[in-house]
Formats: sequence, structure tokens, C-alpha cells
Amino acid sequence: MKLPIYLDYQATTPCDPRVVEAMLPYFTEHYGNAASRNHKYGWAAEEAVERSREQIAALLGANPKEIVFTSGSTESINLALKGAAEMYSDKGKHIITCQAEHKAVLDVCKHLEQEGFEVTYLQPDKSGRVSVEQVAAALRPDTILVALMWANNEVGTLNPIREIGALCHEKGVLMFTDATQAAGKVPVDVEADHVDMLCLSGHKIYGPKGVGVLYVRRKNPRVRIVAQMDGGGHERGMRSGTLNVPGIVGLGKACELARTELESESKRSSELRDHLEKRIFGELDFVHLNGNREHRLPNNLNVSFAYVEGESLLMGISDVAVSSGSACTSASLEPSHVLRAMNVGEDLAHSSIRFGIGRFTTREEVDFAADQVIAAVKRLRELSPLYEMAQEGIDLKTVKWQGASH
Amino acid sequence: MAYSNKVLDHYNNPRNVGSLDKSSTQVGTGVVGAPECGDVMKLQIQVEGDRIVDAKFKTFGCGSAIASSSLATEWIKGKTLDEALAIQNTQIVEELSLPPVKIHCSVLAEDAIKAAVNDYKAKNSVESPAHQEAQ
Repeated sequence: MKLPIYLDYQATTPCDPRVVEAMLPYFTEHYGNAASRNHKYGWAAEEAVERSREQIAALLGANPKEIVFTSGSTESINLALKGAAEMYSDKGKHIITCQAEHKAVLDVCKHLEQEGFEVTYLQPDKSGRVSVEQVAAALRPDTILVALMWANNEVGTLNPIREIGALCHEKGVLMFTDATQAAGKVPVDVEADHVDMLCLSGHKIYGPKGVGVLYVRRKNPRVRIVAQMDGGGHERGMRSGTLNVPGIVGLGKACELARTELESESKRSSELRDHLEKRIFGELDFVHLNGNREHRLPNNLNVSFAYVEGESLLMGISDVAVSSGSACTSASLEPSHVLRAMNVGEDLAHSSIRFGIGRFTTREEVDFAADQVIAAVKRLRELSPLYEMAQEGIDLKTVKWQGASH
Repeated sequence: MAYSNKVLDHYNNPRNVGSLDKSSTQVGTGVVGAPECGDVMKLQIQVEGDRIVDAKFKTFGCGSAIASSSLATEWIKGKTLDEALAIQNTQIVEELSLPPVKIHCSVLAEDAIKAAVNDYKAKNSVESPAHQEAQ
């Protein structure tokens, strides 16, 4: 077992060795520019890019011509939301999204608000889910775009994308979904799911960092977006810049593997996840699941360990690499905005840990992590005045706290 | 984030963890912070005369908060109440090499000492010094 054990697969994944192998010739041998139309080097690169487009389209149920290469999901989100807002601003200036979205979506929406757009931020339910009824109620005649993530990156909750997509198509509103966490883990079919734009990122699915995709629908409806970067007019004018051929080859291979292994991998990771969950809930009291047991990514487990602060818990399990929703672990010193939007309570937000099971996780590693976490939580609770108060039967909600640090 | 060796030492081997009988007149208890803020410290002192003869703590908080309170109990043991009140958060920052984002942990530890001493004083304000010495 290699320590520390990596259970932070939502943050990033290692490249699959098969992906690396596919990429290597495109650094040194087939190094042509995919836009060079008049020699063999260029043709080889272009051919590789087109093959990748097909592999990605197959994972999404899309047409290869609908795939636009970018540097990753953040860029794809910027391009999709700003590009569509700019293109359709004559039709209306209202956008619907959710408070639990990734910062990339929320910050782009804030930017658009400054440009005169109006944004409705739906509040998810306690499990982090948005309902089709909520979207229907928020739709207005001037709504041009709905932007909702397929799977939440912190709690793994899946939104009812198919229902929301169908509603959007019925009302003539564009549907964008951030599928960065969902792609390769749950089936995605842009036709059946009525999705107009979708983003994914290479490094979340065992591909390389620095490459991603924006899917842009070409038919029923034909989606048009305004490019956000000026240049050589690559990617049908939507995204200028010389194509990152090795990265694109890697992303294509990663998508092919994700598609062919989706079923077996999702079964394997959910079994390991369930094992971890059972051990934690079986051996500790005052543990809360953050997210939705039914509609959840197969590899995600987000747990709050009441009366234990997240960062101190991470210190106690230094042989396990995971993330916490605690303020102390974030650059902003604010606890997770996702858990706050879900109303789980600030105290529990500070106590949350996110576990991510991946392609290379073993049962032995899961058991090791469970042992470490359970021991650390027990030790820290011995140190916790809150645990002591809870044991004495004091309701912490009724305590008048004083001298708060912020 | 990298922690200083002293923070790691206090985190891994916290000194004086536990609780004293909060109903005893010899014990002063300070509870500061709030769960929503991610930090709660409980610091208790046992006093004989005007000297702190024992100190215990329990802390809900990050590693630096645990280390700050652990260090505080170590420092106040054997000190008089006035000497304990003179401890400043900056001394804790220096001893533990806390980075700027963790300074509030040291402030909380200083507040906890003051709260415990004040609690003891409030409890004993009506009692005569002779009575205390008799205990």
C-alpha cells in the first residue's frame, strides 16, 4: 500500500497508464499542428484530434462535430455561459442556476449580473438536489439559459437533468450542465437528456490536466455562442488557439475507457464506497451523511463527524488524502458554500470530510482509511468540549456562545 | 498547509486534556468560541490561594486551536491568577509559530484563560480569603 492513501478522486485523478501510452507519440513523433492542412504532420495530428472527438462524442451520445476542445471545465463554463448570454441577450437576460454549483459557474453568473443579466440562484433541498418543479417555477418569459450541474462535486448529489432538460426544451430555454463529476461515472446521453451544452474535464476521468470539452448542440435547437477569445478561429470559430493534440488524444482515450468500463467501474466503486460508509456509520455515533443516498455518484461519500472540526481531523489522518468542507482548509476561511446552501448547519459544515473512491482504490486501502478515520474521530472527541456537552445531554443549539472568533 | 513541529507535538500529545468539577468553588471554567465558527475552547483552572494548581482543557477546533489551548494550560499551571491574566496571545503565536490565518486561535486561548479566571473570581467574590485558605 502506498501512503498516503488517495481518496480525493473528485479533486483530480491520476492519468490511466493506457491514456499516457496513447499520448506519448503525440509529443515527439506526431507533433504536427492539427491546423496544418498541407503536410503529413498536420494530417496525422488532425486525424488524432478527430478520433478523439469521436471517442468523446460516443461517451456523451453526441455528434463529433458538437465537441469543442478547451483547457478544462472552467474555460468551458465561461465559454458556454458568457457565450450564450452574449448571443441571446436580445431574447432575454434571465438565467437560472443553483447555489450549490461550482464556483466556476457562480462566479461567471456574478460577472454576468454585472453586465446587466439577472440570475436566479435556486436553493437546493437538504440533500443538495434541485427539482424540476423549482426550475419550472423560476422560468420567466425572458429566461434564456438554465445552468445546473449533473453531479455535485462535494456531496455527489445527482440533479434530475433529464426532467429539467425536457422542461427547458419544451419552453425553448437552453440547458447547460456541468458534467465534470458525472461524466464517466453515470450514463450521459445528450439526446435523451435534452442537454444543449455540457462540459467535462480530462483530469477528472483519468485523462491529463489542462484539457476539457464543451459540447454545443448543433440541431434541435442549433446553439450558437459568441467566442470569448479572439484568434485563428479554431473549433468552428468558438475557441481559437492551437489544439493541445497530446492532451486531446489523452482525453479521447480517457473517454473511451470511461465508456467501456462505466458499468463495471461504477459497480466496483459503489461497493467500496458502501463498505466505507457502513464501517464509519457502524463504528461511530453522531455521524451525518451529506448528500442524497438514492441520487448520488457511485464513488462519493461526504460525512460530517459531529463535534470534531474538519481540519483537525485531516491532521489526525495524515496517511489518508481527502478534503474537508471546513473553513480552516479553504483559502477563503469560509465553510463549504454547498453545505451551507443545503442548510446542514455551520457546525456540521465545519465537521465534514469528502471521500472519493477511484479506479485504483482497493478494499485494503478503504479499510485502512476507515481504521484511521474512526480512531482519529474517537480521539478528537475525547478532546472535544462539544462531545462532552452532548454526552451530558446539553442541546448545543440552546447554548449561548460567547467570545466567538468571527 | 504545513504545521510547525510544536503545533504537531501539542496536537499529537495534548497536555492536560480533561475536565475539572465545574461546580467546585475552587474551579474556574471558561468556554469561548462557537461551533458555527469552528472553534470552541473549554479551559478550567483549579485554584488554591491565588495560585493555579491545575488546569485542564478540551477544544473543538483546528490543530492550531488545540495546540494553543494545550500550551495555555501548560503555561498557567503554577502561576498566580494575575500572572495568568498577563499572558498575551502574541506569546502563543510566537511559541507555536502560528501563521496569520491562525492568530485567532491564540486570541481564543487568551480569552479562555481570562474567562476561566473571571469565572473563578466571580464564584469566590463573596467568600473570605480565610475560608479559602481553610480549604
